[in-house]
Amino acid sequence: MPEAQPQQLEIVAREDYSDVTFLLEVYHPLMARAARPGQFVIVMLHEHGERIPLTIADFDGERSTVTLVIQAVGKTTREMQQVCRPGTRLHALAGPMGVPSHLTGARKMLFVGGGLGVAPVYPQARAAKQAGAYVIGVIGFRTSELIFWEEKFRSCCDELVLCTDDGSAGVHGPVTAGIRAVLAGHPDVGEVVAIGPPVMMKACAEATRPHKVKTTVSLNPIMVDGTGMCGGCRVKVNGRVKFACVDGPDFDGHEVDFDDLMLRLKRYTAEERRATERWSETCRMQLPPAASQRISTPAALELPDPFDEVIGGG
Amino acid sequence: MAKKKTVRTIPQERTPMHEQDARARAKNFTEVACGYGLAEALRESERCLMCPDPACVEGCPVSIDIPGFIQKIIDRDHRGAYDVIARTNLLPAICGRVCPQESQCEGVCPVGQTLEPVAIGRLERFVGDMAIREGWANVPYTEPTGFKVGIVGSGPAGMACAADMAKAGCEVTVFEAFHQPGGVLRYGIPDFRLPNDVIDAEIENLRKLGVKFECNVLVGRLFTIDQMIDELGYHAVFVGTGAGYPQLLGIPGDSLNGVLSANELLTRCNLMRAREFPDFDTPMPMGRHVAVIGAGNTAMDALRVALRLGADKVTCVYRRTRAESPARAEEIHHAEEEGIEFQWLTAPVEILDDGKGNVRGMRCVRMELGEPDASGRRRPVAIAGSEFDLEADTVVFAIGTNANPIMGQTSKVKLNSRGYIATDENLATSMAGVYAGGDIVTGAATVIEAMGAGRKAARSMKAYLGLREDEAADLGAFESALFGIARGERNFTRIRAL
Repeated sequence: MPEAQPQQLEIVAREDYSDVTFLLEVYHPLMARAARPGQFVIVMLHEHGERIPLTIADFDGERSTVTLVIQAVGKTTREMQQVCRPGTRLHALAGPMGVPSHLTGARKMLFVGGGLGVAPVYPQARAAKQAGAYVIGVIGFRTSELIFWEEKFRSCCDELVLCTDDGSAGVHGPVTAGIRAVLAGHPDVGEVVAIGPPVMMKACAEATRPHKVKTTVSLNPIMVDGTGMCGGCRVKVNGRVKFACVDGPDFDGHEVDFDDLMLRLKRYTAEERRATERWSETCRMQLPPAASQRISTPAALELPDPFDEVIGGG
Repeated sequence: MAKKKTVRTIPQERTPMHEQDARARAKNFTEVACGYGLAEALRESERCLMCPDPACVEGCPVSIDIPGFIQKIIDRDHRGAYDVIARTNLLPAICGRVCPQESQCEGVCPVGQTLEPVAIGRLERFVGDMAIREGWANVPYTEPTGFKVGIVGSGPAGMACAADMAKAGCEVTVFEAFHQPGGVLRYGIPDFRLPNDVIDAEIENLRKLGVKFECNVLVGRLFTIDQMIDELGYHAVFVGTGAGYPQLLGIPGDSLNGVLSANELLTRCNLMRAREFPDFDTPMPMGRHVAVIGAGNTAMDALRVALRLGADKVTCVYRRTRAESPARAEEIHHAEEEGIEFQWLTAPVEILDDGKGNVRGMRCVRMELGEPDASGRRRPVAIAGSEFDLEADTVVFAIGTNANPIMGQTSKVKLNSRGYIATDENLATSMAGVYAGGDIVTGAATVIEAMGAGRKAARSMKAYLGLREDEAADLGAFESALFGIARGERNFTRIRAL
């Protein structure tokens, strides 16, 4: 008997990569066909939920699905980690949004993923490989336990450098150490794409700036509508204001004002903490003991950046 | 026969509408204006002179037969009054609330030359609210034409266009990027001016006409207008996406935390229900001192929402005077009653940083009015040395919008020099079968103007599809049935044309 067709917005697969990072594959035939590397979606988990932007990690026209890789750091993402199972449905999923990535078609390209940013940079690396480029990957994690998609990357990279901040796997150090090594060995790299936490993308842009190689970054500021209507996601690029949702999310990393971006990401920290505290109060009972302990510790409520798995820098 | 009414014989005073007490309402989101009751509506209806050549109908962007429906109220035939309005306006409960009647129908009412004009908006709302309460909906039987029409955007322009196309027998689908339909009526206009259940009721009426709503669809990105025509089988498409893209201040400090657009404030509060945070997940923290820059209707909404979200002091900063402000007089009046402070002839120069990236205040300069500019309004000029600092921890800008770029990015439809969609006088775009109207064509305007554009585009689309203009719509059900034969004939006109 053939399997029943999944419903629109149904989660058809989930994978957990660590106690915070997980993957959801969502059934949405039209979006699976329309999505391009570099685009993002807006997700609402339930009727009372907020609209959160998530970069599309992958899409599969044949399976009619889009893939999201999520880190449980805020109220909504933690709730998603708890309730999203195969067979359940998201309340809303709008997209694909943003301008698709436009790779220059350089013969040799470097793709850098930091932490959660490893996911959205993957379809770009794959597209470059399919276009016939020589693809070099640099992926970085805080520690070996957080590594995911290493094999996926190997399959589309001619060379891959794995970095961990604590040296528990691969090169000991931030992704910028990997970038410097790659650029030293390959002065002919024509384009760099770096996705990860803002502090990491800023460091990557600084690492490539002396080499004058085009460096594209994908920005993930706070958004509401994702359609250019609220201006909450405005960023400064080359001294001019751009909306990440409709003018981006990809921008030239050498022109982005990262300090402005990082400051604006802190806008709702107090409210996020309040929502998380309230939520963990009410549902600690339902959580497995380990998880409940994690969420109730004050340290866990010091909310990290959504991408904050690698410190990057230096 | 009754004696002809004159300005002298009608009730001299405009019938007041009961309003929530200003102090109480400044703390809640319940509707401010409570609407007319039966007696009040009757009394106000008596003030209409029943002009043989009514100026008000001319003044209405959708030409409602105003004396016609008012006469029905006098006759106590409320259903009849609704039927008269519904012939040209599907959304009386909305328009009666948010239309700028003082510059439309009421602005040209002859009674207004000596007395206060007839309160046409309030009467329209009275009829609209009664229709919702009673569950009236005029759903004419229509022969399906087999034409598929796609509407991009579920705001007032899209809703009006959808209604007309559905009544003409087309299969209509409205696409909305947000998770709830209604467009600016939903995300922009706050509940205390237009309650959500009024929007819900009007959308339900559209559903009864057979209109389908598909939310979470961002046309242009999920599929393009070109694809709608070429692959998805739409015979005609209407684009009513609104303007949207907020204009920025362009002064130092405008990216500090605590500086946001009125659109963001209103969307968080109205659509995302931030006022019920943390029961709803979207936050909208309000500072103690909120400054709103601009004095249009959006600015008035932002001011009054800020107050209701708990700000202690809310100030409107506008570089011209009250006389030049684009907001409706009623809105400014309501805002003042609620305790909003107005700083006329004041312009922001810089938003001040508290040292941690948050707003500490706003440096302003006093203005005076100079020579008239291109818009005919006197140009404000800064008075040298008049700078002063306004205390504020939240700054909201409501200084207008630019064209949203998505349609231009994703289709071959032609734009004008300002980025809006270029159309001819029939609202046809450069793409065959694609029409556009509302703010995405004209730039920011009013709800009723957008609805007027939606209806105008519908007329053009019907002509394009070879559907004759529906002369039967004005006739009763009996005549409509007779015209059913002609309607069947219509289905072939386009096919013959091809």
